[in-house]
Amino acid sequence: MDKPILEVKELKTHFLTDNGSVPAVDGIDFHLNDGEVLGIVGESGSGKSVTSLSIMQLVGQPGKIVDGEILFDGEDLVKASEKRMRQVRGGKIGMIFQEPMTSLNPVYKIGNQLVEALRIHKKMSKDAARKRAIEIMKLVGLPRAEDLMNDYPHQLSGGMRQRVMIAMAMICEPKILIADEPTTALDVTIQAQILDLMKKLNHELNTSIIMITHDLGVVSEVCDRIAVMYAGRIVEEGETKSLLRNPQHPYTKGLVESIPDVRYKKERLYSIPGNVPTPGSVKKGCPFAARCAFAFDKCSEDSPILIDLGDNHRVRCLLHEEENGAELLQTSMK
Amino acid sequence: MLAYTVRRLLMLIPVLVGMSLIVFFMIRAIPGDPATAILGEKASPEAREALTEQLGLNEPWYTQYVEYVGGLLQGDLGESLRTNAPITEELLPFLAATFELALVAMIIAVVIGVNAGIISAWFQNSWFDYTAMVLALVGVSMPIFWLGLMEQWIFAQELGWLPSIGRENVRDPIDPITNIYLLDTLIQGDFEQLGTAFKHLILPSIALATIPMAVIARMTRSSMLEVMRSDYIRTARAKGQKMFLVVYKHSLKNAFIPVLTTIGLQMGLLLGGAVLTETIFSWPGIGRYIIEAINFRDYTVVQSGILVIATIFVLINLIVDLLYAAIDPRIKYQ
Ligand SMILES: Nc1ncnc2c1ncn2[C@@H]1O[C@H](COP(=O)(O)OP(=O)(O)O)[C@@H](O)[C@H]1O
Ligand SMILES: [Mg+2]
Repeated sequence: MDKPILEVKELKTHFLTDNGSVPAVDGIDFHLNDGEVLGIVGESGSGKSVTSLSIMQLVGQPGKIVDGEILFDGEDLVKASEKRMRQVRGGKIGMIFQEPMTSLNPVYKIGNQLVEALRIHKKMSKDAARKRAIEIMKLVGLPRAEDLMNDYPHQLSGGMRQRVMIAMAMICEPKILIADEPTTALDVTIQAQILDLMKKLNHELNTSIIMITHDLGVVSEVCDRIAVMYAGRIVEEGETKSLLRNPQHPYTKGLVESIPDVRYKKERLYSIPGNVPTPGSVKKGCPFAARCAFAFDKCSEDSPILIDLGDNHRVRCLLHEEENGAELLQTSMK
Repeated sequence: MLAYTVRRLLMLIPVLVGMSLIVFFMIRAIPGDPATAILGEKASPEAREALTEQLGLNEPWYTQYVEYVGGLLQGDLGESLRTNAPITEELLPFLAATFELALVAMIIAVVIGVNAGIISAWFQNSWFDYTAMVLALVGVSMPIFWLGLMEQWIFAQELGWLPSIGRENVRDPIDPITNIYLLDTLIQGDFEQLGTAFKHLILPSIALATIPMAVIARMTRSSMLEVMRSDYIRTARAKGQKMFLVVYKHSLKNAFIPVLTTIGLQMGLLLGGAVLTETIFSWPGIGRYIIEAINFRDYTVVQSGILVIATIFVLINLIVDLLYAAIDPRIKYQ
């Protein structure tokens, strides 16, 4: 179980724009174990989507992976040829996106789009591909699968389209499923159903999942481990329980305190003041310092390093390099 | 699709009735007495009376209209005032000549224009893109008559590679069957004459194709660029689809919807351009036929000629609309 199927090492993806290089992902390390669900959490703009597209080698112009390795089953995808990557995409690693309304091609039938991956990767006959498509549609909980094959995307609701997207990503039984904010665009009941489906895929097909979201509430339900991302870096990483009960980075603490709790509806939710800085705008010190309630003089000068706290828990915060720093974190932020 | 087609065909009826009314009253709106306008002030009253009788202008207008439309429904466009020959018979060879020229020009414009646009978008900012778009910019601003004259000067006069006027060798005319010479010579298996017909087509069809080709290339490029940024294209790539099919299957069908509008508009403009091209290249087409009729004040020919061109215009629009529905599944349900 604890064998990594994917290891991202020192990955840097920069956008080479006219106004200079934008370090959207600026040196991140994480791994995904076989059969595990890993959550990547962070506010919008922290580099989550760029990370997932980097794994698929689908970062569009002017983006470029400038450094690092992405080891899939030991093979470095950064160095892989385009031909090899086409085998990986959809065949070994499936991906679904945030916007189910626009992620399906409006002019092709659902059936056509579903069997496409099978025809690419499995060289299946039309009939066999059709059978398999209907099977996977049933697995992801789509009703009247046979009829749906002949429908166009605009005839389906958002929730159904996202199920189609999941079916499409899973149809070749990839080892890894990357889900980039799969529930963000959906309403709450549908969100819960989609999350249940992801859990089911993880349990029944033993698919390893990278679950990307800005919502800690979502990851806490399905993920075994969580990596918290901020401004193109991972600031904290740990097993879900320990990270949520005992966050060691002020940013994570802020995120945890902003999870809505149904038990205390009246209480005003905490929200972290300010916004994620644009990549590259913080030249010196910790990029979170400007928004951090615990910041002290060193934070605007030194760059924090990743500190291993044991039990798979790691954090990148200068407080942990100080004596008594960790105790300071116990005070509430509200 | 069938219901939509039938509905669109039914909608043609009021349009055609309206058009026939307009051309019908056009000839009657000539100030004063049409017979005098045609024959001139000096004609004898008897001659004028005879012509009025011949034109059927003594009848009440609705009787005249019913008779005219009755004739039209049987394919009878009336008789030429100048030659007394049935217009339908006289007009067909000219119409076929225009059809052949316009069709070849449109094929050149669409095939080259669309593909140049696609490749420019696919390899955006490459040398191909820059070259194609500079040429397209030159193309849209090129007056047909200037281009035609330059072609004649370079390829006919200076190099002597191609004939500069007409559509056949006057000393060895082609036997007409349909009057579409490429087809006729093929039917007759006369490959030498096929070559002759083809050679005569090259210069005028290129002159006629240049502007629509440039416009279509630019439109295709911008439409493709927009589509290729969309989420469903990312989905297709994430499946492991080959770039060629991502471009020619997933992108093109979507990008083609606005391109089709452009093609339809350009085909309408092409009819106008055909008149000009026919004049420059002495191409015996419908434009020349009508211009000659105007010179000879042959009002019945002008009337029916305009009706024929207007009908072609309407039919092109119909075909474009039907193609829309065939490409875009969302249209039928609106
Ligand atoms: N095409 C691009 N050109 C320039 N910068 C980009 C581009 N795409 C993303 N970025 C930069 O990368 C940052 C992270 O983006 P993204 O990974 O989409 O964030 P997230 O998914 O976490 O919301 C953005 O704030 C932006 O500055
Ligand atoms: Mg994102």
